[in-house]
Amino acid sequence: MTTVTTMTARAQPSVPTAPRGGERSPLLSLRGVSRRFRTRRQETLALDAVSLDVQAHEFVCIVGPSGCGKSTLLGVAAGIDTAFDGEALFEGQPIRGMARERAVVFQEPALFPWLNVRANVEFGLKLRGLSSAARRAASDAQLALVGLERFDRAYVHELSGGMKQRVQLARALAAEPHVLLMDEPFAALDAQTRDELQLELQSVWERIGTTVLFVTHNVREAAILGDRVVVMSPSPGRIKSVLPVDLPRPRLPDDYRVADLAAQIRAELASDGEREPRYAI
Amino acid sequence: MPSKALRVGAFYLVVIGLWALVARAEVWSPFLFPAPQGVWRALVRNVESGLLLEALQFSMLRLVVGYGISIAIGLALGFVIASWRYADETLGGVVLGLQSLPSITWLPMAVLWFGLSERAIIFVVLMGSTFSVAISARAGIRALPPLLVRAAGTLGATRWQLYRYVVLPGMIPAMVQGMKQGWSFAWRSLMAGELLFVSLGLGHLLNVGRDLNDINMVFAIMLVIVAVGVAVDRLIFGRAEAWVRERWGYAAG
Repeated sequence: MTTVTTMTARAQPSVPTAPRGGERSPLLSLRGVSRRFRTRRQETLALDAVSLDVQAHEFVCIVGPSGCGKSTLLGVAAGIDTAFDGEALFEGQPIRGMARERAVVFQEPALFPWLNVRANVEFGLKLRGLSSAARRAASDAQLALVGLERFDRAYVHELSGGMKQRVQLARALAAEPHVLLMDEPFAALDAQTRDELQLELQSVWERIGTTVLFVTHNVREAAILGDRVVVMSPSPGRIKSVLPVDLPRPRLPDDYRVADLAAQIRAELASDGEREPRYAI
Repeated sequence: MPSKALRVGAFYLVVIGLWALVARAEVWSPFLFPAPQGVWRALVRNVESGLLLEALQFSMLRLVVGYGISIAIGLALGFVIASWRYADETLGGVVLGLQSLPSITWLPMAVLWFGLSERAIIFVVLMGSTFSVAISARAGIRALPPLLVRAAGTLGATRWQLYRYVVLPGMIPAMVQGMKQGWSFAWRSLMAGELLFVSLGLGHLLNVGRDLNDINMVFAIMLVIVAVGVAVDRLIFGRAEAWVRERWGYAAG
């Protein structure tokens, strides 16, 4: 099933549950998660008994073609989708709904248009009732982290696509999540912006070392970002294989080792040749 | 090109000039078609006597009370219809139907219920704008992207916080439109209501002008009614729409 890569350089936090099978207990644990979508005409098995463990401080990428259930999987982890079968545990507790400990960066810029950049970043803190001074300190730090200090008073419609995704990242990080869930956050961006943001995300992650579960259909993106790359196949959505990655960071998109790894992932995606007809969800 | 104020000012000068010329030519009797000077004098006379100000106060008070209540009821109604399917299927249709009813048709009923009182006329104002506010509130809630609700949820919003920090601000563009429309319905209903029974207020003053056979006064009061409508539209709703455009960016306002 899933392999576990140990990042020796990183400190492991204590997790309050008993170790499972001799391993340290994972931060996020999906066990035999299935998700069925029923329409009048057909039933689609979006996830078929998927099991995946994510360790604290790990960067896990899920890659697969559209319809393989990777976003559904992320929705389960986020607590957005609770109509699944199987077991989804976070810090040892069953996931029952959304929580800021599992903040999400969405593919579409899910920012609040009536708030400026700073207020968007502070949104989660405001919900927690933090004082405006504390919120300001936090948003200053997050805006600096994503390089948007000068745009704190801009409104959403005044930002480029890449800037919007930076704001989403800052907003999610400001909520101090224990795991950051990213659902194809760079898929709608142009190639240059995407390269830039991949580099930025690497440096942000190396600085704060938060746990990330990152969904993408871009093989190279997975190779650039992940400690582990989880390869999924569609109809029904299953985990095909898990590739550990031990390339040094920062990884550049044109690095031959990244290219080799991308080729390996691509081969993994294409293996077993025949594919059942896919149905869109 | 001269400035906008200059261009617009020139237009009105020409209109008033033509009006004065036509009046001077006495195509129609001056008792039917007044000259601008006469209308101006009637306006000054009514301002100086204090009648106009008093009427304006009466009208605005009724409007503020009726319109204020209609926003509260309309919002609540909109929330219920937007968030409860059965209410949408049933009440939603009733609201749509009643919105198409000219609000002055509530007056006979209001008079039977409340007598010739303030309450009757406020009731008519209320019925004029409640339903359009409700329809806009419903539309505003329905148009809220589910993604924003989800985003707030993943940032830890409780159900109450979702309403307070996402749904309420998110429906502002639709509400500005709805309140603007509601205001114009309320204003029209009020004038109609005041015309139909003796009650003080601008509509009543208009009737006084008719009773006195004073065409100058009738014109003057009508101009005041137009001025109030334009002022509220520009000063309140114009600003609200500009604010919405600044935030949302698209032509929501």
